[in-house]
Amino acid sequence: MSRLFANRDFALAAIVLALVLLIGARSPVFLSAGSVVGVLTDTSFLFMLTLAQMGIILTRGIDLSVAANVGLVGMVSALASRAHPDAPIILIVVMAIGLGALLGAVNGALISGFSIPPIVVTLGTLSIYRGAIFLIAGGEWLTSKDMTPAFLAFPALNILGVPILIVIAALVSVGFWVLFGHTRIGRALYAVGGNPVAARYCGVDLGRQQFFVHTLAGAVSGLCGFLWVSRYGIAYSDIAQGYELTIIAACVIGGVSIAGGIGSVAGALLGALFLGVVVNALPVINVSPFWQMLISGAVILAAVVVNARGSRREGKIILREARQKAAQGSAA
Amino acid sequence: MSAASEPRYAVADRAPWRLSELLLRWETILVGLLIVVFAVNIRLSPYFLDAYNLSDATFNFSETAILALGMALLIIVRDIDLSIAATIAVASLAMGEAAQAGAPTPLLIVIGLGVGIVCGAFNGLLVTRFALPSIVVTIGTMSLYRGIAQVVLGDQALTTYPASFQAIGQGYLWHGLFPISFGVFLALALGFAIVLHRTTIGRRIFAIGANPTAALFSGVNVDGIRFWLFVLSGLLAGLAAVLLTGRIGSTRPNIALGFELQAVTMVVFGGVAISGGAGTILGVVLAVFTLGYTTFGLSLINVPGIVISILNGALLIVSIAGPTLVKRLMGRKA
Repeated sequence: MSRLFANRDFALAAIVLALVLLIGARSPVFLSAGSVVGVLTDTSFLFMLTLAQMGIILTRGIDLSVAANVGLVGMVSALASRAHPDAPIILIVVMAIGLGALLGAVNGALISGFSIPPIVVTLGTLSIYRGAIFLIAGGEWLTSKDMTPAFLAFPALNILGVPILIVIAALVSVGFWVLFGHTRIGRALYAVGGNPVAARYCGVDLGRQQFFVHTLAGAVSGLCGFLWVSRYGIAYSDIAQGYELTIIAACVIGGVSIAGGIGSVAGALLGALFLGVVVNALPVINVSPFWQMLISGAVILAAVVVNARGSRREGKIILREARQKAAQGSAA
Repeated sequence: MSAASEPRYAVADRAPWRLSELLLRWETILVGLLIVVFAVNIRLSPYFLDAYNLSDATFNFSETAILALGMALLIIVRDIDLSIAATIAVASLAMGEAAQAGAPTPLLIVIGLGVGIVCGAFNGLLVTRFALPSIVVTIGTMSLYRGIAQVVLGDQALTTYPASFQAIGQGYLWHGLFPISFGVFLALALGFAIVLHRTTIGRRIFAIGANPTAALFSGVNVDGIRFWLFVLSGLLAGLAAVLLTGRIGSTRPNIALGFELQAVTMVVFGGVAISGGAGTILGVVLAVFTLGYTTFGLSLINVPGIVISILNGALLIVSIAGPTLVKRLMGRKA
């Protein structure tokens, strides 16, 4: 079974590579070191948020509020930077992660405490967090002149020549790889997603896992919120609006099953990379950026159809016959 | 305790609370909430309780309310359609292009509805033929449909529509009081209520939502019904596109953005279980009025739309967490 998933990741990697080479063949500038670093930097948010979302989807959940969380924490970070220009940047980062985790924990508490479906809770908190951005800023737009130089300089930092956004995304990815694949917590996430009832009999509680993954996703969103605003130098109520669906799309393309319990870190990262390459390649090959949505939609559909074919199992013949009979019965 | 009258073995194919009782209570709560909303609004603004204002307010929620009817049926069978707003964009685009080519109003309507049906059928086909989760499929088609509108329109807008077409979205049924779109919604709601609660089709829809496998073995054409519900959802999106395009008289790529989540909110707030198998059209209609007049009342006193959305989000969560909380508190007392 693990070989099957490994193969799927391998196939996706080959597709991404082929895509990159194809674009490179048309415009070689796309393959230059600067361009590759640019694509990875641009996609770093998507890498982190996709992995965070993957944890939630593994438990059969979904989080529609992540992008609103990114926006809200981003706005709070910008306001904090303006109110306390002397505060060390690390303090703002810690505050952002903490606030993000708190917002995620609110989702997690509502989901596990009241047994409300995650899609409903996060649909609600999506509106609430979005509205809160407007409220705390009084509808104001914060631009780079409201932020301190240290705040704005952070995303431009390098570690041995590698942009800090890539470094952070890499560290977060390694963290998720260890968490999902090499800890008891990760195994519990796959277990509740694979079969919540069986997991419960083994002593793994769905509610606790839901609370954990939503809080974790919140923390990652908070971090991304700070990075987003400091990178783009602007904060307003619509930051990252609609990004939650891009994140879910990356998960789906990466082979994370929306039914829970299936998915790999490598797959999710490749799914995010695929979208990142597409977004960045369109202007390079002189295709209007208006094509982006259509392409990602087509890719999502292709990915789910391929996934469904790959994971089709034997042993449901009885059900299939019954289905055919029912179809014939109603047609008659 | 009347344990003797209870069956000895309860069939645990459903949550242990009594469905009918809770639903009955939920619609009652909604009626209460609606009264509160009206009372508060009347106090807050002297302009609220005005026949013309109350009737014109329906312009702002009739289109999403029409979408909510189709969404309710889909959610009852455990599906969801997140592509309806994008379907509106494609349908509106097609009507806009046709109108520029000089198509008359009846043809525009046929085109709008037809595009909606095609989009819905494509969703239904993917969901039922390939056995794919509808949430993923419709996130994909949402992107695809809206992408089509974006590729064709770019940053342009189509604004040439015949006057008779615009009259459909802007017109009234009776002396400037009863918007056509609202009348369409009410007529549809009545039809949906009859089909869902009084016919075998409705019973089958509930059966699928309660237990798709059991429904299948009982001879219900599960995938067939699900397919047609997606087509219906697309058709309603086409209808909403006709009304919305006529009302605002233009087509932009971002037309109806976010309508799908508004429709889901209306449905869930109306007491339809997101896990399927339960819900009433009356509840959805009451939720439409409660949310619609909350928004209208607050905008009358100049509350920004985004702040109103906080309230709607909170209302959604509280409305679902509330009953659980009450039950838990009562349980602790006993």
